[in-house]
Amino acid sequence: MSSVPLFALVGAGLFCIGLYALIVYAHLLRKILAINVMGSGVFLVLATLADRTVNAAPDPVPHAMIITGIVVAVATTAFALVLMLKVAEKTGRAELPDERTG
Amino acid sequence: MDRLTLVLWIFDSVTGLGLLLLAGWALASPQLFRGIILFVAFSLMMSIAWVRIDAPDVALAEIAIGAGLTGALLLAALSRLGDSEPTQESMNRPIERSYRARTFRSLTASLLAAVAVALVFLILALPGDSEGLGAEVAASLDASGVSSPVTAVLLNFRGYDTLLELLVLLLALLGVWSLGGLPAQPVSPAVLVLDTLARILIPVLLLSSAYLLWAGTHAPGGAFQAGAVLGAAGVLLSLAGWQVRQRYTGVTLRLLLIAGPSLFLAFALYTIVAGQSLLEYPPQRAGVMIVLLEVAATLSIGTTLAALFVAEGPRNKEGQ
Repeated sequence: MSSVPLFALVGAGLFCIGLYALIVYAHLLRKILAINVMGSGVFLVLATLADRTVNAAPDPVPHAMIITGIVVAVATTAFALVLMLKVAEKTGRAELPDERTG
Repeated sequence: MDRLTLVLWIFDSVTGLGLLLLAGWALASPQLFRGIILFVAFSLMMSIAWVRIDAPDVALAEIAIGAGLTGALLLAALSRLGDSEPTQESMNRPIERSYRARTFRSLTASLLAAVAVALVFLILALPGDSEGLGAEVAASLDASGVSSPVTAVLLNFRGYDTLLELLVLLLALLGVWSLGGLPAQPVSPAVLVLDTLARILIPVLLLSSAYLLWAGTHAPGGAFQAGAVLGAAGVLLSLAGWQVRQRYTGVTLRLLLIAGPSLFLAFALYTIVAGQSLLEYPPQRAGVMIVLLEVAATLSIGTTLAALFVAEGPRNKEGQ
């Protein structure tokens, strides 16, 4: 299938965009969004690899793993959001304390 | 290249480009609210990509969970955050605008560009075709008790993945509860439109959930998608101001939460005691066992997701 490598490349791009945002932005909600984008990138690469079969239906094992991954991602997102709200409640800001020394 | 291939190639390119742009906009948007909406649009676009790479099961899960529930969770968290956050300005400032911060950002960007190039080379270096496990799954599909390959993998061949996943879901909820949960949102009287909408949509959602559950044995669908739709019904009810009666939030709630994992564990023990390996169902009974597991897993997933959305601490007799 000609479209296959295309989406794997998009997946790699999404992973890097997400990682950049995760490092650069201070707000925790933005970091949680970034982790979700990174996960989507990984899933895209995984699904694209499942579609490399010649003249056959795609490999179902990676698809099952991605569905598992999506559910785990929403569970961790929910937990991370509650942690963020607790941080905001304690410190008044939804950011981690700045550890700059100078 | 014939015309259909060309059209599909253009379609895929637009989808791929759209995904990258939406992700960038969602993460860089000055307002968090707009960022979340763009993220939901990104998830919807992802599900188009899933359909294009022959993964309809994943597309269903992405729409229900990625776009629906994650979006609802993010918006709910943002609205709870709203009270404690004075200005939007301080929220989106990328660490700091000083010279040092700018150097840091461009260093990060160039480092990640190098990572991206390396990833692209790796992906292009992979062999174009691979046997995969598709043939093996197809060969033992008859013994699995279901005819949908993805469901067979999820609940039979790699059942332990699904068992652990249900436990992760439960663990996330226990984590939220052990943090004391979040203060209950003030109950506002439901707007008429929302209330009517909920009354119409809830039966449809329940029906869709049951259909997805049943379809999962032979077509795209299954316990996760069905559970997510059930969870969405719970989210809608909670948004419309409905509350679970106190007498059901004790033991009944907990039983629903552990129904899936405990049935799974019971079957795992049963297969070990019966002299087989972990979760290796006897072929003649596999179909029934999988349907039972899926029903229990759907109930647990739906309840857990709804409870994660409500996120209030557990209520027990001493507490309330």
